[in-house]
Amino acid sequence: MPVTYYVILSAILFTLGAVGVLIRRNAIVIFMSVELMLNAANLAFVAFSQLYGTLNGQVFVFFVVTVAAAEVAVGLALIVAIFRTKHSINVDEISSLKN
Amino acid sequence: MLLQEITSGGLSFFNLAPWIVFFPTIGLLFNILFGGRLSEKIIGGVASAAAGLAFLVSALLAVSLVGHPEGMVVPLAEWIRIGELDIRWAFQVDTLSVTMMLVVTGVGTLIHIYSIGYMHEDVRFQGDTTRFRRFFVYMNLFIIAMMILVGSDNYMMLFVGWEGVGLCSYLLIGFWFEKGEGGIGNAIAAKKAFITNRIGDFGFIIAALLMFWAFGSFNFEEVFSLAPEIAGTIILAITLFMLLGVTGKSAQIPLYVWLPDAMAGPTPVSALIHAATMVTAGVYLVARSYPLYVQVPEAQNVVALVGGATALFAATIAVAQFDIKKVLAYSTISQLGFMVAAVGIGAFGAGMFHLVTHAFFKALLFLSAGSVILGVEHGLHHLEHAGGHVGGGGHVDPQDMRVMGGLRTRMRTTFVVYLIGALALAGIWPLAGFWSKDEILAEALHLNPTVYWLLTIAAFFTAFYMGRQILLVFFGDPRSEAAAHAGENPPIITAPLMFLAFLSVFGGLLNLPGLHTFTSWLEHTIEVLHPGEFNLQVALISTGVALLGLAGSWLIYSRRYRQLAQLPPARRPDDPLRPLFGPVFSLLAHKYWIDEIYGLLILRPYQAACRFLAETVDWRFWHDWFHDSLIWRGFDRLAGALGGPVDLRVIDGLANWLANATVRLAGSLRHLQTGYVRNYALSVFLGVIAILGYLIFR
Repeated sequence: MPVTYYVILSAILFTLGAVGVLIRRNAIVIFMSVELMLNAANLAFVAFSQLYGTLNGQVFVFFVVTVAAAEVAVGLALIVAIFRTKHSINVDEISSLKN
Repeated sequence: MLLQEITSGGLSFFNLAPWIVFFPTIGLLFNILFGGRLSEKIIGGVASAAAGLAFLVSALLAVSLVGHPEGMVVPLAEWIRIGELDIRWAFQVDTLSVTMMLVVTGVGTLIHIYSIGYMHEDVRFQGDTTRFRRFFVYMNLFIIAMMILVGSDNYMMLFVGWEGVGLCSYLLIGFWFEKGEGGIGNAIAAKKAFITNRIGDFGFIIAALLMFWAFGSFNFEEVFSLAPEIAGTIILAITLFMLLGVTGKSAQIPLYVWLPDAMAGPTPVSALIHAATMVTAGVYLVARSYPLYVQVPEAQNVVALVGGATALFAATIAVAQFDIKKVLAYSTISQLGFMVAAVGIGAFGAGMFHLVTHAFFKALLFLSAGSVILGVEHGLHHLEHAGGHVGGGGHVDPQDMRVMGGLRTRMRTTFVVYLIGALALAGIWPLAGFWSKDEILAEALHLNPTVYWLLTIAAFFTAFYMGRQILLVFFGDPRSEAAAHAGENPPIITAPLMFLAFLSVFGGLLNLPGLHTFTSWLEHTIEVLHPGEFNLQVALISTGVALLGLAGSWLIYSRRYRQLAQLPPARRPDDPLRPLFGPVFSLLAHKYWIDEIYGLLILRPYQAACRFLAETVDWRFWHDWFHDSLIWRGFDRLAGALGGPVDLRVIDGLANWLANATVRLAGSLRHLQTGYVRNYALSVFLGVIAILGYLIFR
């Protein structure tokens, strides 16, 4: 399979993820979109790793997954904390720093 | 013994020279510091002793000069030393200066003693006994200044003394400054004297500056030794400007006008300053500057003619004056004219001789006139105390000769000494005045005949007005109650008079023709002097002229006066000359209207110019317009312009606009902070795209 297909798929996934971050109001959905962007990057790494026959790309995927996991942990902890006060996870409502 | 040692030149007292100034200074300081609580006798005594000690020192200097006739310069201290200019305080002791010192301190001491008695009466008559001390302070100050003048060895120190005597003259003329016509007359007379003198001083200063410019020095010795090498025109300028100073100080035409008004001062002042000493400073100056004058015969001629003209001019005015002191004042001006004419024609010895004899008899005449005035004041006092009213109704002027008369029997001593003085002045043989006046006339005859005739005619008038004065004051019947009750004065007044009378009688011995003691004495300093020949013709003519004058006065003021006295008061003329000469007499009585002419031609335009400068130029132009309108209000307007439109509108506007702009910028930037996470996420996203785009398409 030409690597192009993988890269295009990765780009589409990344775009969907980015659009999701920008458009969706639900915080958990935003996180899911972020995960989607990260995994799109993972896909690109693996595709190129397979193309060049080295393991550099696959090793880096480990790092990315680790970072994603940590980020989600922290992020979800933040959302829980915010929910306790705001009783909502609509990011539009978290605008106390407005002006 | 001692005298022999001194006169042979072994011992000399030249180093005592500064004491002629120090003794009067001590007297002055003593009276200023301690005089307030001392009696009049002590104040007057200290002042007279100071003058007397100065006379003693002058006598010692004179004796020393017998042994060392060339004299000596006694330096005292440095004064100014700037580059080429070196002026110092130094005394030049030579026969000329010592002559002046002797005259000033000698006559001065006598007048100080006389003043003790005179001022005792005067302060009571004028009503202020505390002013007694001030008089003697001023008199000592005068002696100091006059000694500086005659003792100096350079023109600048002479000028210090010159100005000093002018100051003392002002202070003493205006001694009773709140009295006089309208409560201010004396002060005005003092001011007139000072200002007129100042015009003369201007001439002196110009001469001194020219001298420094040409000679590089003010010192007598240096100037006179360099004189032959300097261009004649410069020396002519120097001598003529110096003449202006002389006309001011010695009351010659055109600056004599202050001297008659100076009679407003107390009589001893008139005697000392305005007869015997200060006014002779001009004559001394010309005699001292003889090396300059002999180089420019044109200047000498001018000096001689000024002197001769003044002599005649003033003598004619004296004929028509009614105030006893004014007659003597114009007489002084006239006699000064004789002296100035003498030094002008080159007869320096004759001029100085007349200076000395004139000091004797003019001081005598003034002091005796003071005695007469005191006598009449006593008469007035006596009347007021006796409860009677003053004769004639109204204020009697004790100095007006028209209220005197018959004082011969009431004031015998005064009459005798006054007569001696008058005859000496008229030039009657063998009194002092004859010898000195005759010497001048003899020299004038062959040196400058015009001057000879001017002086001879003046001599006629001199005899005439003195005869007139004697007859009006002492002879006839008293013309007022005050005169009728006049009495003689105490010895403190009459003793100096008698001493001066003695000098007036025997003063001629100083320079008898043949002996020429005085001329030889002066020759040591004035080297161009030569003893004059005795001219019998001149002597006879001058004596004849004098006797003619006296006879004329007797005819008019004795016989004619008695005839006119028979007329009723309404038709009686105030002077027998008036019906004879009518308008001419009026002209003379009004002193040729010179004061009024000066007032019209000089004073009024000058005062108008001053008023113009002060009011229009200074106040209206400079102060009101330039200062207030232009600068002040202009500045106000400028400040206003800067303040309002510039400061408030422009600068504040700028600052405010800046602030507003910042606020608006901030306001607009604030809109970025929506608080919406998604907006922030969008910004991050767009930023990433921008950077990637740049990196890819670079």
